[in-house]
Amino acid sequence: MFPIVPIVFAVLSVIVLGAAVMVVTNRNLFHSALYLILTFLGMAGLYVLLEAEFLAGVQVLIYVGAIAVLILFAIMLSGRYLQDPGRQLNQQWPLAAIFAVLFFGVLAFVLLQVRWATVQAEVPGNYLTRLGQDLMGPYVLPFEVASVLLLVAMVGAILIARER
Amino acid sequence: MGILETLDQLLNILGNALARWLATFLPAWAVTAIMDFLVIVLVVAVALVIVLFLIWMERKAVARFQDRLGPNRAGPYGILQSIADAVKMLTKEDVIPAKADKGAFNWAPAIMVAPALLVYAVIPFGRGMVPQDLNIAILYVLAMASMTTIAVLTAGWSSNNKYALLGGLRIGAQLLAYEIPMALSMLAVVLLAGSMSTVRIVEAQARLPFILMLPGVFLVHFICAAAESNRGPFDLPEAESELVAGFFTEYSGMKFGLFFVAEYINLFAISAIITTLWLGGWQGPLLPSWFWFFAKSFAVIFVFMWVRFTLPRFRIDHLLSFAWKFLLPLALTNLFVVGLVVKLGLGFWPQAAALLVTNVAVTVGALYLGGWALRRAQQRAVEERMAQWRAWQQSR
Repeated sequence: MFPIVPIVFAVLSVIVLGAAVMVVTNRNLFHSALYLILTFLGMAGLYVLLEAEFLAGVQVLIYVGAIAVLILFAIMLSGRYLQDPGRQLNQQWPLAAIFAVLFFGVLAFVLLQVRWATVQAEVPGNYLTRLGQDLMGPYVLPFEVASVLLLVAMVGAILIARER
Repeated sequence: MGILETLDQLLNILGNALARWLATFLPAWAVTAIMDFLVIVLVVAVALVIVLFLIWMERKAVARFQDRLGPNRAGPYGILQSIADAVKMLTKEDVIPAKADKGAFNWAPAIMVAPALLVYAVIPFGRGMVPQDLNIAILYVLAMASMTTIAVLTAGWSSNNKYALLGGLRIGAQLLAYEIPMALSMLAVVLLAGSMSTVRIVEAQARLPFILMLPGVFLVHFICAAAESNRGPFDLPEAESELVAGFFTEYSGMKFGLFFVAEYINLFAISAIITTLWLGGWQGPLLPSWFWFFAKSFAVIFVFMWVRFTLPRFRIDHLLSFAWKFLLPLALTNLFVVGLVVKLGLGFWPQAAALLVTNVAVTVGALYLGGWALRRAQQRAVEERMAQWRAWQQSR
């Protein structure tokens, strides 16, 4: 019985990180958006690996189905600004690379030093019910505030986009 | 076991026997892997065979609705017509427009087919015959449905064709608009069944199928499902008379075939979901469970085709305003009312009766309200034109 979880984790990480790199370095804006979708899907896979299937489903539904679609719409409706922006790196890239490596080193050090509060418990079978109950019980106030925030954002967007 | 039970569980019996035989010479993890792989192959094979059948069924049905015969040359009663279509598409030249975005152009059909096929993983084809019993099955279905939008936008954009782009944007808007009422109407069922798992939902309809409790919500779901798969009166974005073929104008050969096949895969998937959520899934007396499931699914498909060949198309702005201004408030109100009635905590039959009455009342009320609002808008438009005409007359 070989360890399949690390292998799957490695594959998913390669997908997520590779797609993220392609998002940043690709010249074609539309392709960047598609690679972003691949990143989101990889993240959903990682959530499934962590047995958080609801989060994975919501990730695909919201990030891929709504946010990515919005990004695609914005790209498609602003076609004029899609002229090839040329090389994605300018002459200062060695300095940037040094800083990126240093930043990565600091982050890695910090993340390895922290004592993460892990719990050795099983994911309960009825976690969906408990999630619902928690959202409507102890966490109802943040839930309602988030809804109001979304409503305000929607109203604001409609107000800005109205034709007067 | 009686003969009917054996028939009913035929697939499970065969599968168990195969697993036992494999376990005699393979380790446990290999047996699981092979059995899972076989399930995937079986589901995909079933999906594609059903698609072949559906293509023939659609053409025969449209012909009969239009008082003509339909395909009857390729094989007896034309059943080999689908195969003829497939062979034709495979042998056509694969044309890619010169300035098209090759990567996205080639990937778009794949992005379209994959989510449609993935929905089949949670469909209960019979008693104990669901490929994977997810406890977030409904959310999974919604997520897969929302990925179709990406495929369509990619196809429309990468064709380097103004009309394909327009078609793609239109379908994107339509899909976004109809996803929300569909999600809300599915949520009403989840409320009633108390679980998002398709198996649990089918079991919750043991006494009464949900369509008899919430016909209005079923109607909303049906309409949204038709819009989600670009069928029926909602196929303006791919209307042949308008935009040649909408977002897949530039696709030829097998890529077009893939889009075509994806549409039918989607059609069966949504019919299966409707059967699961509303018609009681595989439940039925006497005959094997999978027989009832397929019979009900094909009945729903027939109703979809019936609607498609009877009603004229919606215009895109009518389509969108219908979704946002009518279906969304209706779906929200329905969900609210269903939640209220469920919270009252009545017994089973009083709750069913209360749900039926309130749902019919809400739907009829919404129709009246919608009709009144429409009439008022029309009157106001007429009055405005009259005022303009009078003003023009005065100025003469």
